[in-house]
Amino acid sequence: MLKVNNISFGYHRDYWIFDEISLELKPGEVLGLYGSSGIGKTTFAKVVAGYLKADKGSIVVDGKTPLQKGRNPVQLIGQHPEKTINPRWLMKQVLKESGDFSAEFLQELGISQEWMQRYPSQLSGGELQRFCLARALVPETRYLIADEMTTMLDAITKAQIWETVLQLVEQHQLGMLVISHELSLLEKTCDRILDFQELSGGSSAF
Amino acid sequence: MSSMEKTPLSETKEMQPLLKVRDFSLAFPQYENGFQETYIQVIRDFELSIYPGEIVAVVGSSGSGKSLLADSILGILPENAKTGGKIYFEGTRLTKRRQEQLRGNAISLIPQSVKALDPLMKTGKQVQSIVRDKKAKKRIQREAFQKLGLPANTDKKYPFELSGGMARRVLIATAMASEARLIIADEPTPGLDKKTLREILQNIKQLSENNRGIMFITHDIHAALKIADKIAVFYGGETLEIARKEDFSGDGENLRHPYTKALWRALPENDFKALKGNQPEAGRVPKGCVFEPRCPIATDFCKKNKPKSEIINNGMVRCFYA
Repeated sequence: MLKVNNISFGYHRDYWIFDEISLELKPGEVLGLYGSSGIGKTTFAKVVAGYLKADKGSIVVDGKTPLQKGRNPVQLIGQHPEKTINPRWLMKQVLKESGDFSAEFLQELGISQEWMQRYPSQLSGGELQRFCLARALVPETRYLIADEMTTMLDAITKAQIWETVLQLVEQHQLGMLVISHELSLLEKTCDRILDFQELSGGSSAF
Repeated sequence: MSSMEKTPLSETKEMQPLLKVRDFSLAFPQYENGFQETYIQVIRDFELSIYPGEIVAVVGSSGSGKSLLADSILGILPENAKTGGKIYFEGTRLTKRRQEQLRGNAISLIPQSVKALDPLMKTGKQVQSIVRDKKAKKRIQREAFQKLGLPANTDKKYPFELSGGMARRVLIATAMASEARLIIADEPTPGLDKKTLREILQNIKQLSENNRGIMFITHDIHAALKIADKIAVFYGGETLEIARKEDFSGDGENLRHPYTKALWRALPENDFKALKGNQPEAGRVPKGCVFEPRCPIATDFCKKNKPKSEIINNGMVRCFYA
C-alpha cells in the first residue's frame, strides 16, 4: 500500500502549493487524480515520487519510508519524455542506464530493436514515452505515477500506450496514480477518481 | 453547431481560394556511406485549399511532417530541402521571392513555442513592432489585447512574467495586429487546461473574422473539431482525407478513410481502441497506400497501388475502398 499522510508542500514560507493531502493506493489499483492546470498536481506527483521533500507529513510505501539512495519503488512518468532523456545518448545507452531489459519485455511495450541505434531526436514523442515506461518498469517498481503521460500524443498513440500500461499494471500488480485534466481519459482508465482540489480542501472542480 | 444555414465558402465556386496547394512534396538529402546522396521524402501528394474566412485544421500525429508544411508555405525551409508541386496564394504561384515578401505581412505564423517571444522586450512593444502605421500601432495593439481578454497592464510585462496561456495570447495578438490574410497556427494549444484551451480556441476563431483564412495545425482532434470548418487528416506525409467537421460523429460512419475512423474511435470519449503498429518513417514509406500496413481492410491491391485522391460526399479521400 502506498500511503500519503497529510503532506504539505510550498516553495515559499508564506503559502502552501498544497496543504495536508492524504490518499491511499493499493497494489493493482488504478487511481485517477483530476484537476485543472496550475493547482499543484505535478508538484504533488514529484513529492510522492521523492523528487521533492514534503514540508509536513509522510509517505509510506509498503510499510517503509523510501530512502533517498537507490531506486525508489515509486516511479514517475511525466508529460515531456524528451526532457528526461540525455540527447547525446543512443537509445540503447538510455535503457542500459536503468538495467537490462529482455527482448520480450521491450516488444510488449512496442519498442522496436531498430530504435536502439537512434538518438532521441530521431524518435517521436510516443516512441520516446515507451522508453520512459520501460525505464520506470524495473522489478523494484511497485507504484507508478503517470502525470499527463499522454497529453502530447495523438489519439491512436495515446490509446496504444494506455492499452500496454494497463496490461502491465495488471500483470505486475502495480499501483498506479493517473494525473490528468482530461476527465474522459480518467473515466476510461481508472478504478476510482479523486478531485485534487477537493483533496486539498478546496471545492470540487468537477 | 452553427445555426446559420449558409453554404460553405468552399462550395461557392466563384470564390478564389486564399491558399491552394497541389501535389506538394518535400524531400531532404541524406548521405549514405559518405558520398551517396539519396533523398528522403517527408511530404508527398499534399493538397489543401483554404478560402477566406475559413479555418482548416491539419490533424496528424507527431512526426507526420505537419510543422514542415507550415515552413514550406512560409518559405523558411532549410537550404537543402527539395520541394515539388505548386502552392498558390490568392491565385498566384508562390515563388521564393514572393514568399519573402508575403511572410510576416500577408501570411503570418503563430509559432508552436511561446519561446518565440523576445525575452528582453515588453510584450506590448513586441506586438506594436509588427504594425507598419507608426501612429496607429499603440491603438491596434491595445485593441488586440482587449479583444483577447488580456489584462490592461499586460503590455508592460516581459514574457517571463506571463503564464503559458497569456503568452499564447500575446502570440495570437501579434497575428491579430498584423494585416495578414492567411494565418498559420502551428500547434498553438499544447499543455493548456480545459478552460484556457477553450479561450485560446475562441481567440483563434476570432482571428478568422474579417475574412482571414486560418490553417490550424494540431495533433488534438478535439481542438480541431471545436473551431475548424474542414479537417485535413495527415498521415505519414500525405493527406489521407479532408472531411467536414460534421462527419466526425457517432461511430465515424460518415468518415471516408479507415485511418480517420480509427483516429475517431481511439478517443477516450469513444471506444478508446488502439490500432497496432506505427506510422511509417520518412524514407520507409510503403510503395502502395501509406496506411496499408496498419489498415484493417487492406488487400493485396493496396500493397502495390497508390490510391489517388477522390471527392466523395463533399470530402477528399485517398482510399480504394472508401
